[in-house]
Amino acid sequence: MERLSPLAKTYLVLVFAILYAPILYLIFYSFNSAGNMNDFESFTWEHYAAVFGDSRLIVILINTVLVALLSGLLATIIGTFGAIGIVSVKNAKMRSVLLSLNNVLIVSPDVIIGASFLILFTFIGVKLGFASVLVSHIAFSVPIVVLMVLPKLLEMNTSLIDAARDLGATKRDVLMRVILPYIAPGIFAGFFMALTYSLDDFAVTFFVTGNGFSTLSVEIYSMARTGITLTINAISGLIFVITVLVVVGYYFVNSRSKQAKVGR
Amino acid sequence: MQTKNSKSALFPYAIWIALFVIAPIALIIYYSLQDLEGNFTLANYAAFFSTVYLKMTLSSFWYAFLITFFTLLVSYPVAYLLTKTKHKHLWLMLIIIPSWINLLLKTYAFIGIFGLYGPINAMIEVFGFDPQQILFTNFSFVFVSVYIFIPFMIIPIFNSLDKLNPTLVYAARDLGASSFTTFRRVIFPLTIDGVKSGIQVTFIPALSLFMITRLIAGNRVITLGTAIEQQFLVSQNWGMGSTIAVFLIFIMVLIMLFTGKNSKGGRA
Amino acid sequence: MRQLLQATIAIVIACALLFLAANQLQVTGGKGGKDTLTVFNWGEYIDPDLIKQFEKETGIHVIYETFDSNEAMLTKIQQGGSAYDIAAPSEYTVEMMKEKDLLIPLDHSKIPNLKNIDPYFLDLAFDPGNEYSLPYFWGTVGIVYNPTIIGDELTFDSWEDLWDPSLKGKVFLVDGAREVMGMGLNSIGESLNTKDDKILRTATDKLITLAPNVKAIIGDEITPLMINNEASVALTWSGQAADMMFENEDLTYAVPEEGSNLWFDNFVIPKTAKNIDGAHAFINFMLDAEVNAQNTDYVGYSTPNAAAMELMDPEVVEDERYYPDEETREHLEVYENLGLEWLGKYNELFLEFKMNMR
Repeated sequence: MERLSPLAKTYLVLVFAILYAPILYLIFYSFNSAGNMNDFESFTWEHYAAVFGDSRLIVILINTVLVALLSGLLATIIGTFGAIGIVSVKNAKMRSVLLSLNNVLIVSPDVIIGASFLILFTFIGVKLGFASVLVSHIAFSVPIVVLMVLPKLLEMNTSLIDAARDLGATKRDVLMRVILPYIAPGIFAGFFMALTYSLDDFAVTFFVTGNGFSTLSVEIYSMARTGITLTINAISGLIFVITVLVVVGYYFVNSRSKQAKVGR
Repeated sequence: MQTKNSKSALFPYAIWIALFVIAPIALIIYYSLQDLEGNFTLANYAAFFSTVYLKMTLSSFWYAFLITFFTLLVSYPVAYLLTKTKHKHLWLMLIIIPSWINLLLKTYAFIGIFGLYGPINAMIEVFGFDPQQILFTNFSFVFVSVYIFIPFMIIPIFNSLDKLNPTLVYAARDLGASSFTTFRRVIFPLTIDGVKSGIQVTFIPALSLFMITRLIAGNRVITLGTAIEQQFLVSQNWGMGSTIAVFLIFIMVLIMLFTGKNSKGGRA
Repeated sequence: MRQLLQATIAIVIACALLFLAANQLQVTGGKGGKDTLTVFNWGEYIDPDLIKQFEKETGIHVIYETFDSNEAMLTKIQQGGSAYDIAAPSEYTVEMMKEKDLLIPLDHSKIPNLKNIDPYFLDLAFDPGNEYSLPYFWGTVGIVYNPTIIGDELTFDSWEDLWDPSLKGKVFLVDGAREVMGMGLNSIGESLNTKDDKILRTATDKLITLAPNVKAIIGDEITPLMINNEASVALTWSGQAADMMFENEDLTYAVPEEGSNLWFDNFVIPKTAKNIDGAHAFINFMLDAEVNAQNTDYVGYSTPNAAAMELMDPEVVEDERYYPDEETREHLEVYENLGLEWLGKYNELFLEFKMNMR
């Protein structure tokens, strides 16, 4: 933080504190030997031990991450090209219609999406399980990707493309060397938001899953009636810590290698 | 942009629209025209125009507006300040990561934090005040909703601020513009696409929020999303649930057409 | 562009690794057995050790899937696409499933442990002769309250106590139309299965006068909130009440004398079943006295299994709050399947009550 005023710094610290407060709260109680989120009795690792002792839970966790990453990736690809396509539509009305269609899934409550996808899948005859969950997650993540990529495309200067084409670049070149690099931040944003959608979804997954396939969200929601165990807190704490480490680690390794290259 | 190239790029997207947007909409409309016994009827639509549902629609809009407004108010400065930090992309990632922890769990955490015996009230008591009822108020509902949408709003704004050419800002300053004028006349207009995107990804889902209306607002706030949820799962009246959904989609399309007019300045 | 490519490759590699890991774990999890059995139940509603024991004894691999509401489960079974062998719906859902022809009749000869169940809980109106279902857990709807906060004067022998002005903003209601409307109906001395517009209107008007006392209408999170003393009175199910009292010893539970609801969660074999023999074996296993006692101890709800009760801690079994005597039970009513039209009316009235809360 170089040129930020103290006021600005305080503001950022405050926002970050609020964003992380509930997570730290969950992690704090994951060490509670009393087994609940009310009174902290004494420190224990037992809930973490329980995570590793429960192979079903670990499989569910892996499934969850797998679906999130894969659906995020595929939705990002479909959505990015969709956004490029939408921008290329010249008729303003037509474009609004396309965007409206794009947003239908964002405005529809999960139950409706879940129920209608279930009807669709059984109608087509898709076996419920990993594949149906993956396809559904791709389906409801596409619109968010489009909405994240769109502003980058809109602010892109057409003269850039024209210049490239004047210089003899093919359509492919224009796409690969001009458009995609320029909108890359939007693409990454879309991917990360798709991950959020996928990791958080309960209702859609519940309806379209079957044959033993389950995700963490489904597991957590159906525990609510009899009480969510601290094992879930522990597993969330682990996910959180690992994610932060990976992100921070990746960031510094990446920026160092970039610096090394610049240095050469 | 060349049309042919884009047409083929649209292909998988078009399939997606056909399968997962058009087909479900058709299904929803089909169900909305049926009564409990499966007979064709318009009764559901008539029922929607009762005071209960109209009141609910209005309150849904009001809350979605409040949520979007406060989310933007909080997020814009964050996005702006983040672009000025040294490791801006890292900080941005750290804004996103909390959203990967399960929402129900975080909501339970908020219930604990806001509770009568939670840390917030403990702090209030340290300052010598009486514990306050925070949970199950409109405030807590809007607060938690804003919490959920902050990353969705920050990212597009950050992206449009990030590439903002600093020379433009310097130029404006050199020409004697105050910082407020610079912001109003130079920075904000250039980030309007990002802001619009952020508003869309906040306002549209906020219309159909359902879980936290119960968990955080204790059913004191009832949105269209809650109503649909109830019709589908509790009353098992898919007809009425679908009808409300049709209206929700219809309203969304109206908003899109309305805001779309201003944004047709796209440079494609 | 390179950045995008690199990221894509990294994700694909990560996915491949995760896929391998999941496969590895599932194999060691014992998927090798020739038979599998898919159980569809509420989350945390069975002792996982017992599933392992069942797998060991029979060689059948159990797939355990969970749901969070009867209605969601019903939709999934109705739509098909997944081979559920066992499900655990509540009694009114059993009736609905019967109506929709979604159940396979039970073969009582394959469930010898049926004899362990207290005959009081057999042959009930929602499933005469237990043709399709056997009770798994049961309980009541009543009031959890904290005498250390509200004093000893209110004992909730009567629903009227809820309307006491001293409880302003102190009451939680569970978010269920049947439960809340049922409470309203019981409080004016009517049946909670009433199908009469006039009576329902009176009950709703009575409920609306309760609004100032209601702090919130919430779902399952009522348990942690009551444990935390966020409110001092709550209308809820006995099973959740048991969870609350276990964590917060100041709380106690009462079922008002005007009457209330008696509920059951039951084992059924849905039409989607592929392993019908295995399903019977599983039900029989869960009804075994020792197994059932262990499971009841884990879940904390009330069991209808008389043989299991003999093996359990007498302090629990003799506790009137968990196991009310037969006289009390006489005042209780089981929910009847109202049919969609009346269910819709109950929900509309409940919605009206909610809208009056603000």
